[in-house]
Amino acid sequence: MRAASTFFWRRPYWYLALLLVPPLLWFGTVYLGSLFALLAQSFYRIDDFTAQIVREPTLATYQQLVTQRANIDIVLRTLTMAIAVTIACALIALPIATYMARYATGRVKAFFYVGVMLPMWTSYLVKVYAWRQLLAKEGIIAWFLDKLGLTSVLDALLATPGIGGPSLSSSFIGMFLVFVYMWLPFMILPMAAALERVPGSLLQASADLGAKPSQTFRNVVLPLAVPGIAAGSVFTFSLTLGDYIIPSVVGAPGYFIGMMVYVQQGTAGNIPLAAAFSVVPVVLIFVYLSIAKRFGAFDAL
Amino acid sequence: MTAAIEFRGVSRIYGEVRAVDDVSFSVEPGEFFAMLGPSGSGKTTCLRLVAGFDTPGRGQILLDGEDVSSTPPYDRNVNTVFQDYALFPHMTVLQNVAYGPRVRGVAVAEREQLAREMLELVQLGAQGERRPAQLSGGQRQRVALARALINHPKVLLLDEPLGALDLKLREEMQIELKSLQKKLGITFVYVTHDQGEALSMADRVAVFNRGRIEQLAAPRELYLRPATAFVARFVGSANVADAALAQKLGSAAAFAIRAENIDVIGDAAAAPADNVTAPGTVVAVQFHGAASRWQVKLDSGDVWSALLPEVRGINGFAVGSRVKLTWPRSAAVVLNASSA
Repeated sequence: MRAASTFFWRRPYWYLALLLVPPLLWFGTVYLGSLFALLAQSFYRIDDFTAQIVREPTLATYQQLVTQRANIDIVLRTLTMAIAVTIACALIALPIATYMARYATGRVKAFFYVGVMLPMWTSYLVKVYAWRQLLAKEGIIAWFLDKLGLTSVLDALLATPGIGGPSLSSSFIGMFLVFVYMWLPFMILPMAAALERVPGSLLQASADLGAKPSQTFRNVVLPLAVPGIAAGSVFTFSLTLGDYIIPSVVGAPGYFIGMMVYVQQGTAGNIPLAAAFSVVPVVLIFVYLSIAKRFGAFDAL
Repeated sequence: MTAAIEFRGVSRIYGEVRAVDDVSFSVEPGEFFAMLGPSGSGKTTCLRLVAGFDTPGRGQILLDGEDVSSTPPYDRNVNTVFQDYALFPHMTVLQNVAYGPRVRGVAVAEREQLAREMLELVQLGAQGERRPAQLSGGQRQRVALARALINHPKVLLLDEPLGALDLKLREEMQIELKSLQKKLGITFVYVTHDQGEALSMADRVAVFNRGRIEQLAAPRELYLRPATAFVARFVGSANVADAALAQKLGSAAAFAIRAENIDVIGDAAAAPADNVTAPGTVVAVQFHGAASRWQVKLDSGDVWSALLPEVRGINGFAVGSRVKLTWPRSAAVVLNASSA
């Protein structure tokens, strides 16, 4: 034992290799390997007559993806939803995360952290189906709005073309609400973590130099929270882009990217198109990150 | 003349802790005022009260004759140099310095001109486009100073500003800060736990202990005539004889005697007339170059120190030797009762 310890003590690189090789193998083969396998699949195509996968590199599947109007609609629909959900999550999360990180102490702080994470400990499916009941035409939300005499407001909202529908549970508004509910913790936690790291003396310095609280927030707190917002928005954005359960349980008819992947690799058996669709979120997130970087979102890191 | 800062019976209590306990003092315009004390003595809380980061539980704080006890920091004509500098990491050095004018609505070109002038003042003219993270500790210190001075505050508060710097840089900055203060004529309030720093820079020093001011005096007075045992020990590293020991040595009240006023003589040697002597045993001798510090355990149990110039350090008493400490009666400083 002692001899082995000495052996590794004198050869730190061996020690490092011993520690790192197993997880790196896992990371390389299982984690990244499967992603590249998926990517490779998207460069195959399906033979229209035999429905067999033709294993030759081709861009035919991508051509199909970008030229068919229905596919473009799916991408745009999902993208619009992902952007709306991300913005809503950021707006709701910012005050909560600011309070959690900068003002709450002791038990109140613990309560908030547990409260934010608590919904994540229950089954995702249970929550989605619960929301379908809440949002249903005869559901508790419609009932409550009726008691408040706001049914006409709800009807007007549901009559809005594009986002409305026969009831909340079968409209894009309902889907949006469920998405925001589901992904909010993924925005709050990174944002709070970013704000926790801001030294209190920076806020005092800002006030000391004459900045009113709103100016301090705009000039100091917000820029330093941006890396947290960027991290959180990558979560909410990519989770919305890839999800297929919420759009199939709640919301208006019309495919989302995640549903399309599910359908194409399952019933339709078109693995190449499913793979091509799952590359879309990856590309969109790369685009998003490069835009965020250009606007200096990571300068304060 | 109206005092730049005036504390009237100010208290700040956190739960059970009396951080500041019924403190009253005033700082004259243009004065270099130091608040000296160990950590937790209340000096930093007093600074925070002046800046407005904290509000007094009781009492009044006046700036330039005006009660600001409930005025927020952004409405006070006071600026602070923070211990950790608190530079905004997402801004360049120039943007950091220009922050004060910026939040007051000064146009970009004008405030950048002001900021460049401030950077010239602290000899950092060439560093405007860098980020704080790219600067050395001493440079960050100067940026923090420039940023705090750009608003032309009536009072500049400095919270242990040199604490993070190494000794040589600290000594240079002490001289620089002092001359800057003379040049600008701004009132400086300087918080430190380093008595050397307070004595060498300040016009007057307030010595804090347990939320109260033990003594407020000019440095020389503080050193030569400490009012309490705490001040004698903290400021002058003096030997203190409590009431019981003082009685044995033929004095009515507790007194302090500085190490450089004590001589060490042999057990059998005779002390000059009108000297007080106390027998003891040598515990340790520390060589400090120009002088050596002799630690002698008196028979009463107290360990006292005597500072002897090296030319006198030849009498060769080894550790464990019996010796006598002796000092002129007139060198003893009678002390008031104190909390320590």
